[in-house]
Amino acid sequence: MSNTLSASPAALNPSAELPGRAMSSPPPMKQARSGPMADRIFGWLAKAAALLTLGLLVAILVSLTISAWPAIQKFGPGFLVSTEWDPVKEVYGGLVMIYGTLFTSFIALLIAVPVSFGIALFLTELSPAWLKRPLGTAIELLAAVPSIVYGMWGLLVFSPVLSTYVQQPLQKAFGDVPYLGALFSGPPVGIGILSAGIILAIMIIPFIASVMRDVFEVTPPLLKESAYALGATTWEVVSRVVLPYTKAGVIGGIMLGLGRAIGETMAVTFVIGNFNQLDSISLFQAANSITSALANEFAEAGPGLHQAALMYLGLVLFFITFVVLSLSKVLLAQLKKNEGART
Amino acid sequence: MKSSFQMALVGATSIALGIFSGTGSAQEITGAGASFPAPVYSKWAAEYNKATGVKVNYQSVGSGAGIRQIDAKTVDFGASDMPQTDEVLKQKGQIQFPTVIGGTVPVINVKGIAPGQMKLDGQVLGDIFLGKITKWDDPAIKKLNPGLALPDAAIAPVRRADGSGTTFNFTNYLSRVHPEWKAKVGEGTAVNWPVGAGGKGNEGVAAFVNRLPNSIGYVEYSYVKQNKMTYTLMKNRDGVFVAPDDETFKAAAAGADWNKSFFQLIVDQPGKDAWPISTATFILMNIKQDKPANATETFKFFSWAYKNGDKIASDLDYVPMPDNVMGAIEKVWGQVTDQAGKPVAIR
Repeated sequence: MSNTLSASPAALNPSAELPGRAMSSPPPMKQARSGPMADRIFGWLAKAAALLTLGLLVAILVSLTISAWPAIQKFGPGFLVSTEWDPVKEVYGGLVMIYGTLFTSFIALLIAVPVSFGIALFLTELSPAWLKRPLGTAIELLAAVPSIVYGMWGLLVFSPVLSTYVQQPLQKAFGDVPYLGALFSGPPVGIGILSAGIILAIMIIPFIASVMRDVFEVTPPLLKESAYALGATTWEVVSRVVLPYTKAGVIGGIMLGLGRAIGETMAVTFVIGNFNQLDSISLFQAANSITSALANEFAEAGPGLHQAALMYLGLVLFFITFVVLSLSKVLLAQLKKNEGART
Repeated sequence: MKSSFQMALVGATSIALGIFSGTGSAQEITGAGASFPAPVYSKWAAEYNKATGVKVNYQSVGSGAGIRQIDAKTVDFGASDMPQTDEVLKQKGQIQFPTVIGGTVPVINVKGIAPGQMKLDGQVLGDIFLGKITKWDDPAIKKLNPGLALPDAAIAPVRRADGSGTTFNFTNYLSRVHPEWKAKVGEGTAVNWPVGAGGKGNEGVAAFVNRLPNSIGYVEYSYVKQNKMTYTLMKNRDGVFVAPDDETFKAAAAGADWNKSFFQLIVDQPGKDAWPISTATFILMNIKQDKPANATETFKFFSWAYKNGDKIASDLDYVPMPDNVMGAIEKVWGQVTDQAGKPVAIR
């Protein structure tokens, strides 16, 4: 008995200690190599990098507010709802630009989200294997085209096509219909809100599509195969399995695209028409966006109110981006909560 | 995030500009400002460097930015298409002098009308850009162009989207000749345009006008020449229709009394050959110099340019200053002193 008793721990002990030693012996080795000092310095550096970003953000916000202060004092919140932008009389209101920024981004999302969804869906579920790679690369290449190229292409190639084959027929067809006709009024010259929105859509499709594709691909095949095995159609698999599984990533991709659309400058400047009046809701009307106004007017803006008003616009843009980001976070949190309730 | 990144970039660029423009050596001088004379300043700088070894850096950043930089003393000279009034100069302690003359030219894109066929005057031009004349076959345009076949088409006005000296020249002219324009819109490097699409830069307006049928815009003269655009004739103060070229710009400059003040807006000048929308472009310098050696080099550069740069200017479609203005310019230069108040050497 005693033999067997003593023998069994002896037989067990080495096997029990071996993994223990294997687990505990490497850490002392590692510590000996780097030392606590290096670790601490690394920690500081990482913290400093994080704080630097935060500090920059605050510094930018503060300097923007200070430079915008004369305009904030003079126009107050009324700046946000006034459409008058008159550098001669020194009266400034930002509604035209705010409207242009939001409306063009909205059009861009309206077009880009379904198209990107289709692209990602095709690439992950439907495409033959040989086509996946070249198609995926082509879409990613679209993201690498500089925005000024999109702008020039938009002005010289796209807008004449839009004018001749889309705007003029639309005007002919719907020009006399009440309400709807107002959307298509104005000069059909191919520049304005609609063209800016479409160009923006083309620019953000690669971003949204590649994020969507990546998250669709991480859906466990097991789930998809099970759904197919139960007789689900492709659409059912996507809408019931893939989308619920990836919604956080999908929304992240859409927000990335929206952020880019709101901040885009060069391409918009070329095709939006840079027109500071808001006298119709027409999609064909030339308009302006915040970024475009900043890019165009900053170099020649004299010191004083004009410059301060532009800074004010920059502050508003900062705020819009902030709100968009926060909304996406809230949306994601909401989705997660619902998820917990369902299970 | 994108916007904060762009703002950071703007900040970083302005810091970089500040650092790089503060050159200490007198072998290198720096200027910044108007984009309209940038081609001729750069060419002058290159030729001057070959002749003397002195380097002149010119940053084409826009008149407004040029004024900001000379106020901040980050550059040796600023450049502006808009002359400063004598009061402003006195208050800031600066001088200004003109370098070259150019003109702003209305350009159109109407089928069947060749360059120089369409005749316009200030009243009609103002009405078009106010949105009061909307069709090419408007009676007012017909009256000026009795022999021309004008289409029954809507006019698409095109103007600058960015602030610019060209816009100042154009709106300054319209304010001078069109009372309603003056009351409603006024003059400035950027104004509250009642109608029209905005193109970025002269090249943007040129591209718009060339692409949009039945459009009208305004560009610097050199763009008219380079792009072979359809310019219009303009009725000047003496009632004569003139075409834009070196001679008519020169005639406009001749009417100004440069000896009295350099604050001269040479729009709507008398003289039967004068192009009505002409402008000079200006250099700004601080009177009290903390780097007198750089001021001397700047004077030397412009003296050289007035003497030897005329051909370069004409080749680039600018009009050199009349020779008799030199005396007045050197007199203004005489005001510039070092910190102690001793005049800076001109040669």
